[in-house]
Amino acid sequence: MNWLIDFFGDPARWSGPDGIPARLLEHLEFSALALVLAMLIAVPLGLLIGHTGRGGVLVVVTANLARALPTLGLLVLFVLLLGTASIWPVIIPLVLLAVPPILVNTFEGIRGVDPDLRDAAYGMGLRGGQVLGRVLVPVALPLILLGLRLSAIQVVATTTVAAYTGLGGLGRFVIDGFATKDYASVVGGSVLIVLFALVVQIAFTFAQRVTVSPGVSQRLKIR
Amino acid sequence: MDRLSLEAPTGEITVFVGPSGCGKTTSLRMINRMIDATEGRILLDGEPVQNIDPPTLRRGIGYVIQQAGLFPHRKILDNVATVPYLLGWDRGKARDRAMELLERVGLDPALAGRYPFQLSGGQQQRVGVARALAADPPVLLMDEPFSAVDPVVRTSLQDELLRLQAELNKTIVFVTHDIDEAIKLGDRVAVLRVGGKLAQLADPKTLLSEPADDFVREFLGRDRGIRRLQFVSTEGLRLRTDLPAPEGAGTYLHGKDSLRTALDAALLSPTGSAVAVDERGEVVGVATREALDEALAEAAHG
Repeated sequence: MNWLIDFFGDPARWSGPDGIPARLLEHLEFSALALVLAMLIAVPLGLLIGHTGRGGVLVVVTANLARALPTLGLLVLFVLLLGTASIWPVIIPLVLLAVPPILVNTFEGIRGVDPDLRDAAYGMGLRGGQVLGRVLVPVALPLILLGLRLSAIQVVATTTVAAYTGLGGLGRFVIDGFATKDYASVVGGSVLIVLFALVVQIAFTFAQRVTVSPGVSQRLKIR
Repeated sequence: MDRLSLEAPTGEITVFVGPSGCGKTTSLRMINRMIDATEGRILLDGEPVQNIDPPTLRRGIGYVIQQAGLFPHRKILDNVATVPYLLGWDRGKARDRAMELLERVGLDPALAGRYPFQLSGGQQQRVGVARALAADPPVLLMDEPFSAVDPVVRTSLQDELLRLQAELNKTIVFVTHDIDEAIKLGDRVAVLRVGGKLAQLADPKTLLSEPADDFVREFLGRDRGIRRLQFVSTEGLRLRTDLPAPEGAGTYLHGKDSLRTALDAALLSPTGSAVAVDERGEVVGVATREALDEALAEAAHG
C-alpha cells in the first residue's frame, strides 16, 4: 500500500514527459493506433471471405499461425530493422497481434449466420451488399465485437512491452522501476495497466449494449 | 428437373407435392431465380424470368420459407415492411401497410414492436406470410411454410391461407411433402416423382379418383377413397324429417360440409345416423345409414 501511496501521492509523477498523464496518453495512442489499423485490415477481409465463402480455410490457418508468433521477438526484430526513431517498430507487431482474433471472429460470425436467414434475405430481393450490411453484419455483430474486444485487451496488455524499446507507454513505469529498484513505480505502473485494461473491457461491453439489437442478444424477456 | 412443363394459373393455388428429392423445392426456387435453370424457360406473365435482374424479380414475388427466416435484429413491423423499404416506399406508408397486414394474417397488433424470438413458431410463420404479402405481389411462392409447426397450428395456418386467398386471389405456388396439405390447399396439384418428372397434374378430386399410375396411387396413400369423400357434397343426401333427432348424435352442416364429415358424424353417433343442421344450428333432418349408404354408392360410381 505504501508503494501505491508513494506512487500516486507524489505530485512529480503527475507532470512532465514521464509523468502519469503523458504515459497514459502514449499508451492510449499506441494501443488505439494498432487496433484501428488491425480493424481496417481484418474487418473488411473477414466480411469479404465470410460473405463469399472463398479463401476461408487459408485465412483461418494463416491467422492461427500468426497467433503463435512471439510478439516480443517481433518487437525486437522490428526495432533492429527499423531503429527507434519512429513508433512503427512497436505498432507493426501490435497490429500483427491484433489482426487474427478480429479476422477469425468476423469471418466465423458472418459464415455462421443461419443459412435460412441468408436465403430469406436474398429471396426478399436484397442485393449481395444489402444482405451483408443489413442482415449478416447486424446478426454477426456480437462475434465481431468479441474479436475486437479480445484484440483490444491483448494490445493494451502487450503495449506494455513497448517500453523495452525505450518508447513510452505505461510499461515504462514497470521496466524503468525494475531497472532503478523503484518498486513504487513498478507497482503503481502495474495497477495503471490493469485499470486501463478494465476500462477497455467496460467500454466494449457498453458498445455491445448500444450497437447489438435486443432481437439478436435476446436481452429482452419473452413476454 | 426433367422436362417439367406446367402452368400455374393466375389466381389459383398450384401445389407441388412429392417425396424428398423430387425437385419440388428446386422447381419453386427456379421461379424467383434463387436457382437458375440450366435449360428451358420459365415465363412470368409471359416474360422469361431469365431476362429480369434477380433482386428486381424477387421484390415482385412474395416468398415464404419453412423456418419463416425472419430477421432477428428487426422488430416484427420492420420485418413485414422489408420489401416496401427496398422498393423505396415512404417509411410511414410502409409501416402503415405492415400494420394492416399483421391484422390481416390474424396477429395481435401489439406484436408489432416485438422481436422474432419473442414469438411462437406459428406466429413467426404468420409474420412470414405478412412479409411476403407486404408489397402486394401478384405471385406468392411458399416453400413448405407450415411443416415446422405442430399439427394444430398447421391446420389453423392452412385455414388462414385459404381465407386470405379467397380475399386476395394471388397466384400461389406451394411446395409440400404432405399430400393431405396438398389436397386441402391446392386448386391444382402437381405430383412429382424423384428426378423431377411430373407424374400427374390434376385438381385434388380427380387426383384422388383417377390417379395416373401406381406411383401416384401409392403416394396418395391407402385411405384415398375416404379422403375423396371430402369433395362430395351433402346436398344430394336424402334426409328423413319424420324421425326425431337422436340424443348425442353427431351433426354436420347440410349442403356445406362434405360427405366425409357427414359420415364421420354418423360413425360417432350411437344410432349410426347423422343429424343435418343448417347455418343457424337448427336441425333440418336426419341422414340415416341407408341414406348415407346410397350416397356412398353414388360417390363410388360417379
